[in-house]
Order: sequence, then structure tokens, then C-alpha cells
Amino acid sequence: MKIIYFAKIRELIGKSEEEISFPNSVKTIEDLIVFLKNHNKIYHNVFENYDFLIACDEELVDMNYEINKTKEIAIFPPVTGG
Amino acid sequence: MIDIRIQSNEFDFSQEVKNFQNNKIDGAVVCFLGSVRDLEPKETLEKLEIEYYPKMAKKVLKETAKKAFKKWSLSQCLIIHRFGELEVNEPIVLVITQTKHRKDAFKANEYIIDFLKINAPFWKKEHSPKGAKWVKQNRRDLEINF
Repeated sequence: MKIIYFAKIRELIGKSEEEISFPNSVKTIEDLIVFLKNHNKIYHNVFENYDFLIACDEELVDMNYEINKTKEIAIFPPVTGG
Repeated sequence: MIDIRIQSNEFDFSQEVKNFQNNKIDGAVVCFLGSVRDLEPKETLEKLEIEYYPKMAKKVLKETAKKAFKKWSLSQCLIIHRFGELEVNEPIVLVITQTKHRKDAFKANEYIIDFLKINAPFWKKEHSPKGAKWVKQNRRDLEINF
């Protein structure tokens, strides 16, 4: 699945996008975050210590959102436009 | 009519307001212009960098305008948001709303700017001689009831 990062989260992760394969047991956003945190220390630090929002196919979602039909997941800090 | 623009180049807000005066039926036009502020007295802003998520930003701005249309009797609405590198005093965002009477134009305008501040995927980074830092979301913006 394609995951894209923006702003401070992008800088902390060190890349703007990536394709990640994960096991079938990853069904929700919460599962995905746990999976990424276990993936390596950088993700663990980011998702443990920084505020972030998640959008699936350009819609903000919560941690219970099921990602089976999602094509693109975006992870970014709280927005500061306007 | 809804007009949404996301652009790096500067806009001329007075010209944009004039364009709204062509409508002879709805006499109330409210304009909100947000510009780049300098930092606190001891710091100087060298530039403000604005990053955004293109596909989602356009969608959120359009949906925000549509919600305002459902709540108030708007005839026209323009939202312009800039991205890229901006200097102090340069315009960042413009919201123009037009209705028959002033109250709805004010309410719709405030609703749009308040809603986009916590939902539209734009992020500001301030560059000063001391370095660069991402702007933090203003918690007070989250307390607004829509």
C-alpha cells in the first residue's frame, strides 16, 4: 500500500512516500500504526512522540477505520494553514 | 458559484473583490485576507514555507465551501490559498463570500476560514536566522463549534 508523509512527519520519517506490504492481520489504522512502530525505531519514535493525523484516500479517518479498500494513506501533523 | 484556487503566485485581493461587484442582486461581499506575520520582537522571519497535500487540499476547500452554501444563501464564494515560499506581509489566504444581506456573508466567511484552519492539509514552516521550525496548530482553533 502507498503511504505518503507530509511536513514534520515527512522530515522525521526521512521520505515523502513509500510502498509498504503488511500482513492480513493489519485491518485498521490502529493495526497499521502498531505494525509500523514495530517495523523500526524511527516509526516508533514518530508515532509515540508526535501528534499526527491520518487520511485515507484524502479523507480524515480515525484509528478504527478499516483500510482494506484504501489506495493511499497519508500521515501528517495537525494542519496549520490559513 | 464556487471558485477554489491553490497557487504559488501572489494574488490581487482588490481585483478579486471587484470581480464580485459584478453581481447586481446580492449586495453583501465579505473578504477575509490572511497575510504572513513577522515573528516576535526579538526574531525576524526570513521566509514562510507552506507545504500542502494537493489532492486533499483542493477537495477539503471545495467541500468547505459547499457546506457554507448549504448553511447560508450564498451566491458566490472564492477561496485562494497559497503554497511555496512567502515573505512577511505577503498574502496567504483569501476568502470572499457574497450574499444578499451582510450577516450571512460574515457568518459564512468566518465558518470557511475557521473550518479550513483545522481541516485543510497545509503546513507552515517559519525560517529565521535561528533556524527553521514548523508552526504548531493553535489549540484555540480546535475549540470552535461548527
